[in-house]
Amino acid sequence: MDGSQSSVLELKSSTFFAPVLVLYSNEIYLIAETLQEKISGAPDFFNDSAVLLDLTELNLKGLPVDIEALVSTLRGLHIFPIGIRGGSEAQEKQASALSIPIDSGRSSGSVLFERQNKSKPDIQSQAPVEVIKEVFRATAMLVTQPVRSGQRIYANGDLVILAQVSAGAEIMAEGNIHVYNTLRGRALAGVQGDMAARLFCLDLQAELISVAGVYKTSEDLKDTVIKKPVQVFLQEQALIVVELDN
Amino acid sequence: MARVVVVTSGKGGVGKTTTSAAIAMGLAKRGYKTAVIDFDVGLRNLDLIMGCERRVVYDFVNVINGEANLNQALIRDKNCNQLYILPASQTRDKDALSLEGVGRVLEEMSQDFKYIICDSPAGIEKGAYLAMYYADDALVVTNPEVSSVRDSDRMLGILASKSRRAELAMDPIKEYLLLTRYDPVRVEAGEMLGLEDVQEILSLHLLGIIPESKSVLTASNAGIPVILDEKSDAGQAYADVVARYLGEKKPHRFIESKKGFLRKLFGGK
Repeated sequence: MDGSQSSVLELKSSTFFAPVLVLYSNEIYLIAETLQEKISGAPDFFNDSAVLLDLTELNLKGLPVDIEALVSTLRGLHIFPIGIRGGSEAQEKQASALSIPIDSGRSSGSVLFERQNKSKPDIQSQAPVEVIKEVFRATAMLVTQPVRSGQRIYANGDLVILAQVSAGAEIMAEGNIHVYNTLRGRALAGVQGDMAARLFCLDLQAELISVAGVYKTSEDLKDTVIKKPVQVFLQEQALIVVELDN
Repeated sequence: MARVVVVTSGKGGVGKTTTSAAIAMGLAKRGYKTAVIDFDVGLRNLDLIMGCERRVVYDFVNVINGEANLNQALIRDKNCNQLYILPASQTRDKDALSLEGVGRVLEEMSQDFKYIICDSPAGIEKGAYLAMYYADDALVVTNPEVSSVRDSDRMLGILASKSRRAELAMDPIKEYLLLTRYDPVRVEAGEMLGLEDVQEILSLHLLGIIPESKSVLTASNAGIPVILDEKSDAGQAYADVVARYLGEKKPHRFIESKKGFLRKLFGGK
């Protein structure tokens, strides 16, 4: 052993992306039904996904919601609330009781874990989670074999593919996607919401391209970019596809 | 040890059984002891194409279940004594096959045979999965039309991810393309995908092109593998395929296109 065992843990600051679930209705069954539909559309995207609950809209409309019931419904759908914002004092209390951190919304990115019950000392509750500065991501995944129809590839970080991606195949990455060959299948970059993610390919014939959930199907692609080397990125919520030469 | 070769496609009706019969006969004719197994349990056809349907007593499922031993179930071909057929059961379904059982039978056959040809059923369900699972080589039979090409592509994905070789991280299955029912006239008229179009999507090692030919149906009805019809174009094409599979260099025939086309396509390989 090299003595590295002496370190038990390390606190690192890192950033991660999580979808924000903005509620407009307080009908739990309706929320569950709508979510279920979304989940069945993209099971991999939502599987064990963490979300931030945003109750701002509900409280503006004066619609009360039972946090405990909501949280248990979401967990039942394998969606895990990791924070709450825009809630009333009572709702924040309820969330705290369920050990769900409260995002004060005062500063973007900083999440305060406030416990109402401070009777027993809790180191965790006193230290605010650090404001995030650096981006942590898994190393890029490299694929050298063709991705055939019906195959799915998911990369936690960037995804680099040297071979062709067939129609009916699906490639997904939390980071960027590079395809140094023909892309005929579906390619989804930034699937956990990274709006800065980009998609690159040498020959665009894709069935669908997406960055952070904003997508275009092949029907929406202009003839000027079809079969061209391109990059795809988000600009003001719009998906931009440009030829790489330009 | 035998080499296990699966003849597969995903799509039905593209010529898997015709190809299995022809390749098996071709290998056996060259002196290699060869067995061909019908994996299409419930839709048995290989015995008809091989002309041995009246000699079927025991079948593949009987062997797996231990109701018969291999020697009782294997049927020796009447044209070639190096060729044996293991027919499928017509009265059962694909669930009668088990991964473990198929493995056991292939293992036993491996002691005795040089090549074992597995004639896969259509689809990507259990029968097709079991037919390809133990394979060393795969002949992907494709017709020059879009749905067949797409299905072959899907099958190639399964070969690359779900086979025994993939699961054990061994050398991957060697994949070969066999383009069947190819009609150069219709290709030139733009009614059929050309070799180039198919290869753009599949990019596989091309083992051969079998032209659309009346001799195939005639041979099937007579129960004689078409490769034995040495005068027919399809028979010659299959003979070329066997030669190429065994590593011989043969120029591709029956494409009938512009001169230099093939050179352009295969010059680099």
